[in-house]
This record gives sequence, structure tokens and C-alpha cells, in this order.
Amino acid sequence: MIYRAIVIGASAGGLHAIKTIVSALPSGFRLPIAIVQHLSPLTDNYWISMVDKLSAIAVKEADEKEKLEAGTVYIAPANYHLLVERDETLSLSIDPKVNYARPAIDTLFESAADVFRQQLVGVVLTGSNSDGALGLRRIKECGGLAVVQEPGTAEAGYMPEAAIAATQVDYILPLEKIASLFISIHQQTL
Amino acid sequence: MTKDTTEIEIHLLLEALYRKYGYDFRQYSEAHIRRRLMNRLALCGLQTISEMQSRVLHDREFAAVLLQDLSITVTEMFRDAEFYRAIRQSVVPILKTYSFVKIWHAGCSTGQEAYSMAILLQEEGLYERTTMYATDFNQRALDQAREGIYANEQMKEYTANYQRSGGREAFSDYYTSNYNMAIMEASLKKNIVWAHHNLVTDSVFAEVHMIMCRNVLIYFNSDLQSKVQHLFRDSLTHGGILCLGSKESLRFSGLAEEYIELDKVQKIFKKKYPGGE
Ligand SMILES: C[S@@+](CC[C@H](N)C(=O)[O-])C[C@H]1O[C@@H](n2cnc3c(N)ncnc32)[C@H](O)[C@@H]1O
Repeated sequence: MIYRAIVIGASAGGLHAIKTIVSALPSGFRLPIAIVQHLSPLTDNYWISMVDKLSAIAVKEADEKEKLEAGTVYIAPANYHLLVERDETLSLSIDPKVNYARPAIDTLFESAADVFRQQLVGVVLTGSNSDGALGLRRIKECGGLAVVQEPGTAEAGYMPEAAIAATQVDYILPLEKIASLFISIHQQTL
Repeated sequence: MTKDTTEIEIHLLLEALYRKYGYDFRQYSEAHIRRRLMNRLALCGLQTISEMQSRVLHDREFAAVLLQDLSITVTEMFRDAEFYRAIRQSVVPILKTYSFVKIWHAGCSTGQEAYSMAILLQEEGLYERTTMYATDFNQRALDQAREGIYANEQMKEYTANYQRSGGREAFSDYYTSNYNMAIMEASLKKNIVWAHHNLVTDSVFAEVHMIMCRNVLIYFNSDLQSKVQHLFRDSLTHGGILCLGSKESLRFSGLAEEYIELDKVQKIFKKKYPGGE
């Protein structure tokens, strides 16, 4: 299968997990990645520039209507949902919270599944709520690949567990193995 | 590329809504529209968007429900505290040079943003010479805005926002609590004109010194954003102020040249005078 994009959702403990994965990707990595990390609405985007500094590929806060580009990581701004449009641009919204969260992982995953269908990889990382479970199920229903961080190795195992309970997951991996999976998926696309 | 069936159905439904009722969502963000319609589909007991289209055409009340679904009225008082700080710092001094001030709040939803601005202007001694036009295309939201009654429990959050925004008065002076309701003070309402206006299908509303349109354009595709930005440009006086939401911009309008950036982060712009500053 040729994959065209990756979506990642994380909550409690997610900053570390995201940093670990993204900073392990090589500069030639071309799949676009969109990420929802639950944060307080008052968080600024300083941490995004930190992850960018540590990484070989570009990491930035998502701008509304910006085109998903190869080898770039887009992170949902605090207090906005992030959605993928059919023309592969990104939208932001202040719709009501989903699963008590804005941005919500389900919102990103479901909209991305509508666009990329079976060519999407969805990843649920550490967290202590169940956001992302329905979104990951939707990705699977559309034929995409479902990846979950091994709950025992996650800082908070509840969210990975909820995702595993919701759908037939393809890979359950410790954090350090996730970037290698991305790299081998990426090699198939070359 | 073959289109998926749902996408075709959604286009037809939006076309039906427009032709029958005049509400034009055809250039809204597709991902947003799709999400709202799929939510409604799951709730309403119909099987497909096509069935919803038929129902929209024959059932006015169902159409009204869809209008509510598609118009997201989420709002807060003093949302983005730093934005209101920036208004106090860089915009109030400009407004103080005018003998009267006209402000247009486009997409005012249930009114919280307009009341926030009314409070700020009162504290800055500007409210008495200000007329605020607060408009939305959602009549139900406008009715609520006009009443100015909010749940008391929301006031905790609003008070915190107000304090972060540089407000120094007792926020509770701006409303009266009655059971679990907070009723905004009449003195804040008196210079606000609430009106129905659709940014997509209606023309210039009035000539004004300042426009606030926050978190509305993110729901539009870039062509529609550009169209509405032209409407704003044409409604602003020279030297007039344009305030967008923190994630919005003039990028798609081709009009960035016509404005000076007063605050890059808070998205506050000043329309240039002919021939420069
Ligand atoms: C998310 S709310 C934003 C409220 C407020 N400005 C804020 O930032 O807190 C968006 C508002 O825009 C209104 N809106 C959407 N499309 C519109 C249109 N075509 N014309 C007028 N108002 C519109 C909706 O009804 C809703 O009240």
C-alpha cells in the first residue's frame, strides 16, 4: 500500500512522545504529518519551535487553508480544531469541543480519513481520555493503517487502550519503534 | 478523479438550501460542512444526505435545523485576552481622535464579543460616542444577543478572561445575577444595534471606522474569504481598523497592500489613506 499522509493524536505525556517520534525522522522523509496534541487553550506555540529545532524535517503550527506539503509536520493550534480538506489544505474551526477537547483527535482523524481513504496512517499515542478511538476506527473502516502506542510503555495508557478496544489495530508499538515504522512505510512509497 | 458519492450529495444539498431559502453555504469549508451534515444525519434517522436534501426542500423546519447546524455560534467574552489588551493599547488612542465612532461586529453570534467591546469602550470613556452594529445571519443567535442573558456559570470564565485582558473593574458590575442567569447591564446595550446581515449574499452594511470579524472567515474557503475581505475594505473609512481572529489573515484577499499591520500577532490592521499611510 502507498500511504500519502500520517495523522497523530496525543494527550497527557504527548509532548515527549511527539518529540521522540518527529526528531527521529530523517530529512528526506516526505509524508506530511498532521498532529493534534491536547493542550490548555492558553498554551503558546513555543514548544512547537522547540520540536522544530530538534528535528530534521520542518515542524510548524498549522495555518488555516495551508496546503499539506511533503516532509512537513503540522500541529493544531491550541483552542482550534484541525481538519483536512479534500484539496489537501488544512482548516481550523472553533466548533464545540469534541470529547471535552479542542483540538480533538477524532475531528482531525475523521476529516483526514474522508480525504486520504486507505492511504492514511493514523497513530494514537499516550493520553488519559478516549479521544482518537472513534477517529482511528474510521481510518480503519476506510482501509487505512491503524497504529497505537503500546499502553504499558505510554506515560498514560488509557487513550491507547481505548483505541485498541475500538478497532482492529495493525501495530501496537513502543514509542521508539514508531518512527522506524514511518520510515519503512515511507520507503515503500519511493 | 472520481468523486465520492457523499461529496456529490453534499453539493446538491447545499444547492437546494441556497435555491429554496437563499442561504449560501456553497463556498464554506467542505470538511466543516461535511462534519456538521454527517452529525445531523446520524441524529435525524435518515439514511443518506440525498434523503436530507429532499427533506430540506419540503420541510421548512428541518431546513431551519440545518441552518443552526451549519452556523457555529461558539463564542466567549474577552476570548483571546491579549487581543483586547492590544485594542486598549493600539486602537483606543486612534478611536479617541474621532468625535463619533462606528463599529461593525460581523458574525457577532450570541453577542459576547460585542458586550466585551462595549465594556472596554465604557472603561476607556468612548462608549457614549460609539454606535456598534452587531450583525449575524443566525436570527436565533441575534435574538439571544439582544436579550443579553447568559448562564451564570459562564461568568466565572468570562471574569477570568476579562482580568487577563487588562480589565481592572469588578466584572460583576456589568451584569445582574438572577437565579442562574446573568443579565447584561442596560447601559452596555443602549448603543448597540443588532441586525440581520449575511456576509455571503448581502452587500456593504454601513461605512464604519472599525470592523471586528473574528472566527468567521476560517469557515469560508479562500475565494469566499477574499470576497468578504473586499466587502470589509469597501465598508471601512480611510484609517479604519480591521480586526480578524487570531488564526485569520488577509492572505487570500490580495488586499494586504491596502492595510498597515498594527499588531501582527493579534491580527489588527489599519486601512491606508489614499497614497500611503
Ligand atoms: C464561531 S462564531 C464567532 C463568534 C465571535 N465573532 C467570536 O469570535 O467569538 C461564527 C459566527 O459567524 C456567523 N456566520 C457564519 N456565516 C455567516 C454569514 N454568511 N453571514 C453572517 N454571519 C455568519 C455564525 O452564525 C456565527 O455566529
